[in-house]
Amino acid sequence: MLYSQKGMATAPVKTAAGSNSQQGFVYLPLIAGWLFPGAGHFLLRKWGRGALLSVSIIGMFVLGLAMKGKIYSSAQDILDMLGFVGDLGNGLLFVLSRVLGLGADQVMVTTADYGTKFIVVAGLLNVIAAVDAHNLRTGRKPE
Amino acid sequence: MTHISHFTAVFLFALFASTVFGITQRETPRRMFRYGLYCFCLFVSSAIVISWVMFLIAR
Repeated sequence: MLYSQKGMATAPVKTAAGSNSQQGFVYLPLIAGWLFPGAGHFLLRKWGRGALLSVSIIGMFVLGLAMKGKIYSSAQDILDMLGFVGDLGNGLLFVLSRVLGLGADQVMVTTADYGTKFIVVAGLLNVIAAVDAHNLRTGRKPE
Repeated sequence: MTHISHFTAVFLFALFASTVFGITQRETPRRMFRYGLYCFCLFVSSAIVISWVMFLIAR
């Protein structure tokens, strides 16, 4: 049976990519958003949202470093492994901090423990933001 | 090394996390703002309530 949407009450969903939603590499906003916070939204010309996401995630990551938070480099136990996965969500920020040797090796004070959590949560929030950019790109989330 | 108070850490954490939650979990700017504000209030108020509970338990 064929259905026609003509005359139906709901309006068609407007996607960020418009009529070209099936053209190009559909995972580009997802990958770009993971590598750099907010880049996925910038690619979709969502400048305001991208800027807010970028400031929030980078701000949280930098504050974590400023509080001498720990950057996980290897996994000794299950908690380290989870922290490492969270840190990986920061994309290039994680790579850059590892290359430059930023962050503490060991947590010595209370604020450093907070800093470690700030860095992990920044990575997890970045993954959420990248998935949101992917949903905008595919049209799963309305513009 | 940056020394910030516990409340400042909670405040900044709530601010950044709520911003991301609001943008990613809602569709329209108005609903994004309202949901972000809702998350922020929940973050900060729950931290204050739990802090008081821990203070009273420790006495």
